[in-house]
Amino acid sequence: MKGHPNKYTLALIGLFVAGNLVSAEKAHFNRDIRPILSDRCFQCHGPHAEDRKGDLRLDIPDGSEGALTQREDYFVIKPGDPDESELIWRISDDFEEDRMPPLEAHKPALSEEEIAVFKQWILEGAEYQDYWAYIPPEISEPAEVKDESWTHNTVDHYVMASLEKEGLQPKAEADKRTLIRRVTFDLTGLPPAVDEIQDFIKDTRPDSYTKLVDRLLADNSYGEHMTRYWADLVRLGDTNGMHKDFHREFSPLRDWIIRSFNDNLPFDEFIKYQLAGDLFENPSREQLIASGFNRLHMIIDKGTAQPAESLHKNVSDRVEAFGTAFLGLTVQCAQCHDHKYDPITQRDYYQLYAFFNNFVGAPETVRAPERGLQPPFINLTTPSEDGVLATFGAEQHALDIEREAAQRIQNLEDDYPKVFDKVQASWIWDEDVSDVADTEFKTSLALSSLPDSVLARFAGKSNTEVWINGTSLGTAYSEDQSLVADVRNLLRFGKNEIIAVSTRAEAEEKESVYIRPLTPAQLARRELAKVGFSFILEYDQGESVAVFSSDSDWLVRKNESAPWRPAVEITGPDHTSAWMTKVRTNTIIQFVKRQEDLENRKRKFLKDIPAAMIMAEMNHPRETRMLIGGDYENPGNRVERNTPAFLPSLPDKEGSYTRMDLAEWLVTLDHPLTARIAVNRFWQNLFGVGLVKTSEDFGLQGEWPSHPELLDYLAIRFRDSGWDVKQLIREIVLSKAYKQISDATLEEFKADPDNRKLARGSRYRMDAEMIRDQILAVSGQLNRSMYGKSVKPPQPPGLWRMVSMDHPFSFVADEGEKIYRRSLYTYWRRGMPPPQMTLMNAPSREFCVARRERTNTPLQALLLMNEEEYFKAAKVTSMNALEETNGADAGLKHIYEIITSHLPGADRLNLMKETLADFKKYYEGKPELAKSMTSGMKDSSISERVEVAAWTMVTHGLLNLELAKVRR
Amino acid sequence: MSQFQSYCDTLNRRQFIKRASIGLGTVALNGALKPLVSGAQPGLHFPAKAKRIIFLFMAGAPSQLDLFDYKPGLEKLHGQPLPKEISKGQRVTVMTHGKDQVICASAFKFAAQGQSGLIWSELLPHLSRHVDDICLIKSTHTNAINHDPAKTFFCTGEEMSGGASMGSWLSYGLGSLNKDLPDFVVLSSALWSGKTNVQALYHRLWGTGFLPTKHQGVAFQSVGDPVLFLSNPDGVDRQARHKMMDFVTKINAEQEEMTGDPEIRTSMAQQEMAFRMQMSVPELTDLGKESEGTLKLYGPEVHQTGSFARNCLLARRMAERDVRFVQLFHRGWDHHRQLPTHLKGQARDVDQPISGLLTDLKRRGLFEDTLVVFAGEFGRTTYAQDFKPNDRFDYGRDHHPRCFTTWMAGGGIKGGISYGETDDFCYNVANNPVHVRDLHATMFHQMGIDHNKLIFPHQGLDQKLTGVEDAHVVKDIIA
Repeated sequence: MKGHPNKYTLALIGLFVAGNLVSAEKAHFNRDIRPILSDRCFQCHGPHAEDRKGDLRLDIPDGSEGALTQREDYFVIKPGDPDESELIWRISDDFEEDRMPPLEAHKPALSEEEIAVFKQWILEGAEYQDYWAYIPPEISEPAEVKDESWTHNTVDHYVMASLEKEGLQPKAEADKRTLIRRVTFDLTGLPPAVDEIQDFIKDTRPDSYTKLVDRLLADNSYGEHMTRYWADLVRLGDTNGMHKDFHREFSPLRDWIIRSFNDNLPFDEFIKYQLAGDLFENPSREQLIASGFNRLHMIIDKGTAQPAESLHKNVSDRVEAFGTAFLGLTVQCAQCHDHKYDPITQRDYYQLYAFFNNFVGAPETVRAPERGLQPPFINLTTPSEDGVLATFGAEQHALDIEREAAQRIQNLEDDYPKVFDKVQASWIWDEDVSDVADTEFKTSLALSSLPDSVLARFAGKSNTEVWINGTSLGTAYSEDQSLVADVRNLLRFGKNEIIAVSTRAEAEEKESVYIRPLTPAQLARRELAKVGFSFILEYDQGESVAVFSSDSDWLVRKNESAPWRPAVEITGPDHTSAWMTKVRTNTIIQFVKRQEDLENRKRKFLKDIPAAMIMAEMNHPRETRMLIGGDYENPGNRVERNTPAFLPSLPDKEGSYTRMDLAEWLVTLDHPLTARIAVNRFWQNLFGVGLVKTSEDFGLQGEWPSHPELLDYLAIRFRDSGWDVKQLIREIVLSKAYKQISDATLEEFKADPDNRKLARGSRYRMDAEMIRDQILAVSGQLNRSMYGKSVKPPQPPGLWRMVSMDHPFSFVADEGEKIYRRSLYTYWRRGMPPPQMTLMNAPSREFCVARRERTNTPLQALLLMNEEEYFKAAKVTSMNALEETNGADAGLKHIYEIITSHLPGADRLNLMKETLADFKKYYEGKPELAKSMTSGMKDSSISERVEVAAWTMVTHGLLNLELAKVRR
Repeated sequence: MSQFQSYCDTLNRRQFIKRASIGLGTVALNGALKPLVSGAQPGLHFPAKAKRIIFLFMAGAPSQLDLFDYKPGLEKLHGQPLPKEISKGQRVTVMTHGKDQVICASAFKFAAQGQSGLIWSELLPHLSRHVDDICLIKSTHTNAINHDPAKTFFCTGEEMSGGASMGSWLSYGLGSLNKDLPDFVVLSSALWSGKTNVQALYHRLWGTGFLPTKHQGVAFQSVGDPVLFLSNPDGVDRQARHKMMDFVTKINAEQEEMTGDPEIRTSMAQQEMAFRMQMSVPELTDLGKESEGTLKLYGPEVHQTGSFARNCLLARRMAERDVRFVQLFHRGWDHHRQLPTHLKGQARDVDQPISGLLTDLKRRGLFEDTLVVFAGEFGRTTYAQDFKPNDRFDYGRDHHPRCFTTWMAGGGIKGGISYGETDDFCYNVANNPVHVRDLHATMFHQMGIDHNKLIFPHQGLDQKLTGVEDAHVVKDIIA
């Protein structure tokens, strides 16, 4: 910024005189000034050094670039004197060319109100404050309030203090039906049952509500409901999320989260288990399962991406999750450069990165990982299953010893490299000079899955024609002219027959015919043409190629009438070296077969045993370097693990910090963020919006809290309670603020659409899972079994196919009880999550989401109108009511009550009765339509079917009401 | 008149008035609302040349060397190694990492076409008649070398998940022109010829990322309901549905009165829109009223549900109904092996349908204000994979992000020109590079939007489709 001619001084004085400038309340840097600076100015005058213009920082007061520091002949900001502050001139300049922010920043100019608040703040002394979220929370006593009934619960005291300051009145307490519906949904995600409602109404004791809350907090469905929010936050899905989007097994982690909430595991432990469960001394099974948090990132399968790139993406994804879930900050901007707004430097980022850069496992999964698992993982066996596994282990041990002995005796080595794990046997058939025109070879391959692409390569010394499953691939003519063919379409599941016929060019000519194993070196170089007759199936490409070789079981015959015999039998006396190989081969084949058999039995045994992927460190930490511009191929300076410099530092320590240190750091007394972001999110679950609205971002671009003192109070109380989640939630839902009526006038809704001021109860459309679970619950179909594998309720056809690659991975809906489990257990394919959920704003779980948005779209209306199971639930509900109740009044009342938790007034009941009668008449006139709706009632009379159809339409209507889908 | 009906009527009237008063739509901007250019519609930054976009996304990456970017000089270098001074040891995929880079000339013939004399491959004979309307951009380039990030980048401006897709940006920025249909529709082929190596698509390619989800692409299905959950359940016909809606609306309206909650009104409006979509969408996807002549334009596959041809025709029907952004996905272009065979089939899949689409748009007067874009996520290498010295018709090509060809037509883009050039090897851009984000900026520009100003604050940043790096409108191709 340059100095300015004082040509506008008079105008400025005019502005002061015009008034409105000094508001009653003092301008507050963090609340009023910083958000504007952060949005419009910090990009060039903030913490990001490279982009800084004019040697000016507006984010700090002091230092050579500080905002309050005197320049040669002027001040950018002169405390107490807006007139002498260049800043005011620049933000209010009439000339676009001179005005800040400049045109090229594409930022709007400051409004008159914003300029006024700047002036006021400067006039009042231009006091800078440390950013509130980066300094530890402190208790400030709530102001005295007039209404003493709002002082019994501290939450209320803070809320009332702010209401009185705003001159607002709270609403009265909601009626009992509304209350039980609200709190039951909020704590368990389910509607209250009718008898629960009635018990609550009958219970006239003063603590009936408290008892209700305690009952709900003790209900297992509480943990399930809390887990759903956590699943969004940590992106808990059921697939890789990238490329072929293979299954990735996380149900044990999901179940652990449910149990943790239900057992009320202290939240600091909850964090530590997930972030560093593997680093406890002798970690428990639970701690290991929880450490799978570090495995929830998106991951690609082998063969497309550069492994180095995948490694980098996985680590950055972990850092991002750590930032969003535990710091409430978006750290990923600093991957390429210092953060533009927050004081997170690129170095800070890579210091965090270093904590997560030491995973022992591979950066990519194999194709179609077995059981959806990628090492390292633990099998969650019972003791008796452990016994069985131990016998497998013993068997393996014995086998190893035997094999080694056999090899030692024969002075042989099994020198095949592990990467070619399918090439285990070697074989030989060598007829130096064949005396017939044709020699046939035959083998078979068993395929348990079809690869995407398969290349067959053949090389033969003679002319060799090759068939797969009866189709000729062509002829290999010589060692140099091998045959290469794409045989993907010829292969099938199960057994595939491969036949090769070697033909001599001239009948008289005696030619040698042989087949021989490939040496590892030949395989590695793929010099297939030089090794005589050979047959290889390669699938996929690149260094990660996997190879099928049919080596172990070639059969050979010299002509059609001769019997097939194993090709490992050698003819001719001179092949001593070949003989050695044969001996070895036979021996090895036996071992290979035993090994395969053992592995198959073990695999079969493990198939249904749950397992959890866990975090594990390498012994020698991988070096971490800053990546210039975030490019993994462009490493810069080396960094060591550490926490961001603007946050509290880690205690001194010999040697390198660990993830456990990082976890413990999060829950130290003076950490400014952890408790605040946690209580804010719990608050958000209960009020629809957090005290800080941007619950994913507590950084400088985040929003100022609506009730900063309340937030700090809750954070400190939460921390001091031993991170007791249930106690925190209990305190909030027992408050008067929580229990208020949510009805208001249109003006009140307009004045505060998100209910930030808490002058009424909150109301908002419930989340997808709550809506679906409610529909299942009211129809009595909800299957309350807990835990275990995710399930696939039916969904419209073709969705997975639309996003799938060309391989067998199609959606097969589950059947029976399974499809009626709570939505928490629904299979979440990240590439195409269930539409019943995503249409209602459920996230894809590809990345961390701290708050869902709530939209209102026609596609949602279609979902609720037409989803098959949702409609079926209306029918089931109606049939239940017809069976259980007597007469239209009782039946309709009952249905209305289970769907809305309320009883219909006389008018509404009449409307329902009229509608029912109308539908009856309608379906009587269209019996075919009634029949089509009640196709399962073939034995019933037409009048019964019309009755069900009419009732179904009324119930269906009720399920589509705002009353049914809005939490209020 | 039923309460539901009268409610719908008031709503329609209200929406009509609102719409009439703001014209083409208002750019949702944080500040800076005034048009920067005189003559721009209110709320837009520039005069919009296009009202809508049809984006033909060729997933898997077609070979520019065999379709668009003719390199006759490669004939005599066929089979020779690519000079190191050209490839400069730059990053390649794991598939060809460390392998010889053998130059492979195209097996196909090219010839000058149209008045403009654009050089065109024999693989696209129908489309060759449209070259004078097409602007080839041979110097397109991108960063990612693998499908997933490259596709995600093309569709959302970010390689990682979480970004907002092109269509959702337009829906967010410009709003609806048709109250009965979504702003952004995705049509993905269920059939394609190239049977090799087909990649997945992802929901995120048409998702909204950080934008409100109401702007997300509605993926039309080729099986079952075109829009999810569109059809009434068994036993519910339109009249029964209407009665049920009437019942629901009565209670909702009472609730609105009792509770004051304005959101109830929105819900009623959405239910009403859903009810209308139950008519408008089947009407849209019913090709019964298309003439024989029109169907013929798109080729025989137009009769097959889920074909690219049928989707092209649907795209035209959507353009007529002012759907803002129609994105077609056609997969099967990833030809690492046997490229000539597979490419022939793929080219056949799209050649006549696109040609038909352009003809059809033209004769209906839609071509001028409809921008048609054709692109894959990157290009393919000049060097071969699986090279056969003795067989000119058997080779593959690897992924190549450094240069590839995209094209645009209509929507105020100059026709019959070729913009940007690659070097003689088609390895790097030689002049006038056009990054994918420049394409984004140009598309937006044609729709009347300054890409730097269509922003959405999220996670502490003003998010833009074109991201944090500079993007430029390719002014030279604008008519």
